[in-house]
Amino acid sequence: MNCNETTKNYYRVDKLPHIWCPGCGHGTLMNAVVRAVEKLQLNKDDLVIVSGIGCSSRAPGYLDFNTLHTTHGRALAFATGIKLANPKLHVIVITGDGDSSAIGGNHLIHAARRNIDITTIVFNNNIYGMTGGQYSPTTPYGDFATTSAYGNIDKPFDLCSLAQGAGSTYVGRATAYHVTLMQRLIEKAIQNKGFSFVEGLSICPTYYGRKNKKGDAFEMHSFYKNNCVDIRVVEKTPEKGENKILIGEFHNDPKPEYTESYQVIIDKFQGMGGN
Amino acid sequence: MASKKVLLQNINWCKGCGVCVGFCPKQVLKIEDDKCVIAYPDKCIFCKQCELRCPDNAIYIGGIDNGL
Amino acid sequence: MAYKLVQGNEACVEGALAAGMRFFAGYPITPSTEIAEISSQKLPQYGGKFIQMEDEIASMAAIIGASLAGVKSMTATSGPGFSLMQENLGYAAITETPCVLVNVQRGGPSTGLPTLPAQGDIMQAKWGTHGDHPTVALTPNSVQEVYEYTIKAFNIAEKFRTPVILLMDETVGHLREKMLIKDPSEIEIINRKKPTCKPEEYIAFKSDDSIPPMAAFGEGYRYHVTGLIHDETGFPTNNSQIADNLIRRLVGKVENNIDDFSYYEEYKLEDAEIVILAFGGVSRSAKSAVDKLRSKDLKVGLFRPITMWPFLEKQISNIAQKVEEIFVAEMNLGQYYLEVDRVAGKYCRVEKINKVNGELITPDEIISVIGGKYELQRNN
Repeated sequence: MNCNETTKNYYRVDKLPHIWCPGCGHGTLMNAVVRAVEKLQLNKDDLVIVSGIGCSSRAPGYLDFNTLHTTHGRALAFATGIKLANPKLHVIVITGDGDSSAIGGNHLIHAARRNIDITTIVFNNNIYGMTGGQYSPTTPYGDFATTSAYGNIDKPFDLCSLAQGAGSTYVGRATAYHVTLMQRLIEKAIQNKGFSFVEGLSICPTYYGRKNKKGDAFEMHSFYKNNCVDIRVVEKTPEKGENKILIGEFHNDPKPEYTESYQVIIDKFQGMGGN
Repeated sequence: MASKKVLLQNINWCKGCGVCVGFCPKQVLKIEDDKCVIAYPDKCIFCKQCELRCPDNAIYIGGIDNGL
Repeated sequence: MAYKLVQGNEACVEGALAAGMRFFAGYPITPSTEIAEISSQKLPQYGGKFIQMEDEIASMAAIIGASLAGVKSMTATSGPGFSLMQENLGYAAITETPCVLVNVQRGGPSTGLPTLPAQGDIMQAKWGTHGDHPTVALTPNSVQEVYEYTIKAFNIAEKFRTPVILLMDETVGHLREKMLIKDPSEIEIINRKKPTCKPEEYIAFKSDDSIPPMAAFGEGYRYHVTGLIHDETGFPTNNSQIADNLIRRLVGKVENNIDDFSYYEEYKLEDAEIVILAFGGVSRSAKSAVDKLRSKDLKVGLFRPITMWPFLEKQISNIAQKVEEIFVAEMNLGQYYLEVDRVAGKYCRVEKINKVNGELITPDEIISVIGGKYELQRNN
């Protein structure tokens, strides 16, 4: 197949090209996931990728792992069952902004609260792309969508703050432009034994971009290039963070992991009781 | 030369979004008929900016490493 | 072998553990909560896992996930939770993921009568999730049967790769009776068929007998699972022929194999002219009514479906051809009656005996309807 070695080794190349629109940031973010898995040399048989519904959630179909495309918003609940049933599996959830924080918001906060060892990667394109451009929980205030014809009056979620507040033990954010940072964050997220959350700011030139006059794919990438600042820079020089999007590793605070805690209970009580 | 690198494409996967064209520091690439074209391969410095950001895995650095 | 005095809900957990359940995900809801409580206590003792999820949607999702990872899984709920589980019940059906969903029915709609029995979810069990899909639902009427049919529910789920609903009602869930716990050697356990081919040859949803072998995640068969219409390889397609084939195969693998799991009880049907058709808690009243009506020289019998879905069309049609009238007694306004009338109505009269006030239909209520009508006829 006419592609690089990473693609050959980790993709179901017969399923490409993928369904995403020209310039969609999701392909770039998906590559960051794959490169992180490659870097960590994870066994493909031991990796499960779970997704919900939406543009982001089509990713698993292209990847050569155990892959599960579930119902809208529910990926983390399915993933919880998989991880508990077989804790040896690496479980990665690929989800979108609507999938993870609207219809799936409850599952997100509770999976984070339990600190179950699942790596959640959100491809955040600020819109419902698959259904044609409706506003999502991360569409900025005042922005336009097919269901906010007069400007969005919802206030957007800061997904990373949400995940951290709910108990996620690893949290970070990068963008489709900052792909190497994205890859590094995913690597560390996978290595964190607990619930990890990485937000990848994507671009949707077709709907969000067009509705809000953000330009083409290159211009949307350039926006991230020019308007994102790493949290470490801002920690030293706070004024550099003014009116900027923060990226980088926000939180890394390992705590007891759910399936390990459960195993302690099994080790103590297995074989006891009975009739 | 330890290896001979080449800039390669899978034109069937290219959707002509222009991200690679925009990020190429040497203006190697251009869009023609809704597809990316390697217009000036000699100018390529193999920086991988295109490969890194191509959402479609359609452009990459390949070539034969002779091991030297 | 050992006898134990237990509640229906406890018998359900005992049966599930005997069947090999090693994962339970649930959310507290009356009158099924004991199933979750007892599972949480017992599963670790068996090396299994319990998790209390954030809601019933998540519970259903989690058991499907665990089953895909190779572990026999169950959830339990009641009406409102059953409604929330419908979406992922359909997902289990289209992805052919074995699992057991217990619904201990209470009065509805909505929050309804949380602590009181009903049988109002009969049609929801069949048609609750959208689209055409296979449905298997079993309704036990005693504590012993809860134990036995929970095991059968797992076996059917595993054999046919489909979700199975154990449709109890509050009467049976909270009933306390003597239960015989069988020796493991006496229990038939069916496990899902696994692929024997090399991973590269595995076509995840292809089969010779309409039930594809199922690999667990992590066993080296890397395949794709989706709730979209998919081809034999598991990948989505809009091809109309493939869509048609898939839905017909999913429904067919259950409907065409109903003889494999047609469970029912016939009581004094040999010479019966009048039949009471009842199930679950109500069937206990019905049986008592049969005896009392017989003492009034009315030739009454009982037909009790245990397999509620697929509908026992053959058995009910046969009975209808031999009798004058079938009375369908159920704690709803006539849901199962619709099916019985569809099949039996062309051969005999079909009547309803219904109650939706949260109280079990009593033997006397059945007797007054049937006795009233037929004794009156006889006296005229």
